[in-house]
Order: sequence, then C-alpha cells, then structure tokens
Amino acid sequence: MTVNRRRFLLDSGRYLFMTAVTARAVEHVLAGTPEKAPEYEMYDHWWAMAVDIGLCIGCGACVRACKTENDVPLEPFYFRTWVERYHVPGGDIEHPVVDAPNGGYDGFPARPEVAEGSKSFFVPKLCNHCAHSPCVQVCPVGATFESPDGVVLVDKTYCLGCRYCVQACPYGCRFIDPRTHVVDKCTLCYHRISRGLTTACCEVCPTGARMLGDLKDPDDPIQEFLRSNMVQVLKPQMATGSKVYYASLDGSVR
Amino acid sequence: MESILPLVEGFMYPNEVELQWSVLIVLYPFITGLVAGAFILASLERVFKVEAVKPTYRLSLLTALAFLLVAPLPLQLHLGHPERSFEMYLTPKTDSAMAMFGFVYLWYLMAVLVLEIWLDYRRDIVLKARASSGAARAFYRLLALGSDNISERSLEIDERLGRFITIVGIPSAFLLHGYVGFIFGSVKANPWWSTPLMPVVFLFSAIVSGIALVMLLYMAVSRLRGKDVDMRCLDTIARYLLYAFVVDFSLELLDLIHRMYEADESFKSLDFMVKTRLFTSQIVIQILLGTLLPLAILALTQVVRLGERVRRNAYVAAGVLTLIGIFAMRWNVVIGGQLFSKSFLGYTVYKMGFATREGLLPAIILMVLPFAILWVLIRVLPPWWSEEQEATMTRARPPDA
Repeated sequence: MTVNRRRFLLDSGRYLFMTAVTARAVEHVLAGTPEKAPEYEMYDHWWAMAVDIGLCIGCGACVRACKTENDVPLEPFYFRTWVERYHVPGGDIEHPVVDAPNGGYDGFPARPEVAEGSKSFFVPKLCNHCAHSPCVQVCPVGATFESPDGVVLVDKTYCLGCRYCVQACPYGCRFIDPRTHVVDKCTLCYHRISRGLTTACCEVCPTGARMLGDLKDPDDPIQEFLRSNMVQVLKPQMATGSKVYYASLDGSVR
Repeated sequence: MESILPLVEGFMYPNEVELQWSVLIVLYPFITGLVAGAFILASLERVFKVEAVKPTYRLSLLTALAFLLVAPLPLQLHLGHPERSFEMYLTPKTDSAMAMFGFVYLWYLMAVLVLEIWLDYRRDIVLKARASSGAARAFYRLLALGSDNISERSLEIDERLGRFITIVGIPSAFLLHGYVGFIFGSVKANPWWSTPLMPVVFLFSAIVSGIALVMLLYMAVSRLRGKDVDMRCLDTIARYLLYAFVVDFSLELLDLIHRMYEADESFKSLDFMVKTRLFTSQIVIQILLGTLLPLAILALTQVVRLGERVRRNAYVAAGVLTLIGIFAMRWNVVIGGQLFSKSFLGYTVYKMGFATREGLLPAIILMVLPFAILWVLIRVLPPWWSEEQEATMTRARPPDA
C-alpha cells in the first residue's frame, strides 16, 4: 500500500485523536484509586484528633513540621495547621484578644501590653475532618470527599479551583495553593496514618497536646481521653460533625 | 498579598486574609440578574398581556440572550483550572448548588431563551432568507433550520408554542436567579450570606436591574435610530420598575431589621463592617444613591404630572442610578461577605488589580462585551423593521416598533 500525503494526514490525525481519547479514558479509570498502602483497610478506621488546650505551650513545632512534611507554602496566608493565642481580659469571653503571628510558625513573642490577670492560652487549629462537611457538600465536581476512614481529602487532579469550599468552611481551614491553583488542606497526614504512623504535628508536639486517634479502635488512648475530659468541638452550632475534640476549650474560642 | 497584612484589623484566621472571590464574582450575579430581569419584562407582554410594553419585547429577549452568553465568562476566568470546568457537566455532584446551577443555566439558555427567540423570529428569518441572496441567504436559511413554511397555520403554532415556552420561562428565570441567590444564601459558615431571604432578594433585585437596563436601552436605541420613544411604553415600564423596586427594597429592609432585632453572635462584627469598610459602597452608593434616590424619582413621576421631556430625563436618571445601586448590592454581598473574619474578630481588605486576570480591566471588558453581542444580534435579528425592508418584504406584518 502506498502512503500518499492524503492517507498519511488522515491516519496520523486518527491516531492523534485516538491517543488523546485513550489517554483521557485511562486517566479517568485511574483517577480516584485510593493510595495504595499494604494491609491498610480503610473501613477499619475512623480517624479523629484530640487536643488538650492545657498542654499546648505555643512553640509552633506542629506548624513547622506540617509545612515541611506537606510542602505547604511558607507565606503567612497558607496553613494546614496553625496556633492561635487567646487573651481573655477579666474573663470577658465575648471579647477575647486573639493573635496568630505567622500562624504560630515562629512561636509567639511576648505581649507585654496585655493586662496582667487576663486568662491566656493557645489553641492549635486544623481541619476538623467533619463527618458532615459543608466543604464537601458544595464542591461541584466531588473533588473533595470524606474518605471511608473519616478523613476529608481533595483530589487535586480534579479540583476546578472555584473556591466555593473555602467559603463554605466555617473554620478557615482551606486555602488555594498559589503554585497549583487548586485547594489545599490538612489531610491528617494520610500518607503517614495509612502506613501506621501518626501525623507530623502529633509526632513533634513536645507536650503531647495533640493526639491522633482511631474512634473505631476500642483500645485507642483517645477513648480514654474522651471519657476522662470535658470535651468540646469548635463552633458546635454549625453541626458539621467535627472530629477534632478539645479538652478545656474556653467559651471565648471561636 | 504581603501588602494586605498591615491593613488587616483585629484577628483573622490566617487563611482568611486573602479574598477568595473577586470583582468577577460580583459581575456574575449582576449579569445573570440582568438576564432574568429582561426576560421577566418580555414576559409581561407575552403572558400578562401588558400591551403597552410591546415595543420592548424583542429587545428584552435579545438583551437577555446577549447577557446570558457572557454570564459564564467571569466564572470561567476566575477558576484556577478553567480547562476542567466541563467536569461539572460530566461528573456533577448532585448535592452541590453550584453543580446544579450549570444545568439550570443550560436549560434556560437552550430550552427557554434560544427557543423562544427562534420561534418569535422564525417568520422574519424565513422572509429574510427569501429576500436575500448569496451568503446572507445561506446564513438565514441555516438560522431557519430548514423551515420554510410561514402559512397562517404554522405561524399560529409558533405563537402558541412561544407562549407556552414563555410560561415555562418565567419559573425558569426565577429559578436561574433564585439559584444564584441560593449559592450564597446556603453557606451556613457565612452569616452575611446565610439567609433564606437571599434567593428572593436576588430575584427581585434581578427584576429591578433587568427592567432598568431594557428601559435605558430602549431609549438609547430609539435615539440612535432617530425614532420617537413610545411614551406610553416608557411610562408603563417605569411603573413596573417602581413596583419591583418597592418589593425589592422592602425585602432588603426586612432582612436588615431582622438582623438588627435578632442581633446574633455575628451582628456586632457585621454592624461594625457596614459602618466602616462598607460604608461608602453600602450606605452611600447602594442605599442612598442607588435605592432611595431612584425610588423617589420614580415615585415623583407617578404623583406629579410632568412633561414628556422631564419624564424621559427622570427615567434616564432613575435607570442609571438603579443599575449602579444593584451593582453595589452585588458588590456588598460578594465582597462584603469576605471582608470580615468568621471568628468575628477582624477585618481584611480587598485590593483589586487592574490589568490582572481578575482585575478591573477584564471586568470592564466583560461588562462591555454583552453590549457588543447585543449590537450584533440586533443587526442579524432586528427587533424592528426599517421602512425600506418593509417595502421589499412580502406579507410584512406591522412592525413591533
């Protein structure tokens, strides 16, 4: 068979079309395959985090570890986890004085201007991995989802970057990564916990103020934590099914 | 970004400092509102038999189409990955308000607006195809989609089907813009947005803005064509504008009074924002200049007997102020809703770029574009016929304007 110009153009056009279509189809089939971790059964876990406010010293090690572990941009507007410092003058819980310089990344400088006698404490924050996440609800393409083990994750190859989920999160836990133009958030170090490790923030916390826990495991220390402490979640009125439990959470925290 | 940090007042969650939705997202409800409003005006004539507004019927429909075609562009430009936007149609998430909006948009564009315009213009298109030659003929034949029958019977079917589509179209237009309101109103994390009144307020402000736009366009187009404005038509439109505006303002007042009286946990923070960072755009531009003043002007034309010239000028002033007011309302909803912290302890600022992807320049271009499209649409499908055209066409019915 002789290959004339017409035939060549037709054939190459056809092959070009087919490779593009095939590539797209393969991509669709592969997209959404859970991260492979041997012996990890998603349905056997239900992850949560426990935070003991009384133990947090505001050192910021968790913030630094998180940024390093998860390649979070270093600018002061992008955090998967951060620490806030509360001063509650005269016990007036409606008017706390709050700051979080660089999200607590560099620790906290002293604030001499805050009056003596005000109650002061640190509040580490992260995605609450809500069981009824408003962010998951609004995503137009389902790029963000609740995994069967209770972690709110994002498929970055699918996210449109519409930012609706950022608006929907009541806790300010999401941001748009300026490098990829898609949303980014705490994954509860999914790449670590699915291999039997704890999260980076829990790993480095010098006082054990943060503790990863598996609510499906009756022997997990978090069970004892929840039993023996008065616990609260952030903004309970939002009814999001938050799974970050705080012990000694003051009423001024929002 | 770094320049914003010193301007932050009080405490914001660190990720909140940067605004997520820019001026482009302000344009989006503004433009869809104009679409819905223009369509409602058109249906006044068609369904509710308000004969006086007939001269604006076709102009309203073309205006709605021109703006509807532009409506998705600001969204598209805003997306981090516009090339993935089609996934909203391929793999929509059914409980996402935004995903479902894509379908409402398509339904409204294809099943309502385009179909209604086509049916209304079919006879004109066929006649144009018959009267022209060469490329123009081919073009109009294509537009006619192969139909060539303009017998009395077929036109009657067009008319009946068109009326049916308009009747379906009214709830669709309500749905289109009510839905935009729902996208904001259903965000429980944001007390500035989260109210069941939001879709209703959006809908009525949409009707107000659409009527004001078509009223202004009708006057402008008449002047450009050197024709007299039909004052009966103009007076009627202005009256409906006043009615819609009164309802719209009452709803907004209801929302305001309700917020003030309930004074929930967010109230102090929002109240402070309105009195400081939103004062100019909300109190001065939206409420005083963009609502109370046009309402007063429109009310005046109803109670005082004014000359034609004065009335025309009053309508121009009221129309322009109304559009500015509704734009300010969209601005205050979208931008205002992001200036305060969800901790209710602080405020950030919005800095708009100029020639950036989401800056002022693209916003201006996107606002001019619908008028360019409308100009083309009017050339291709004139809402009226010139006297020469009438003479050359057979069986011409009396022109609409």
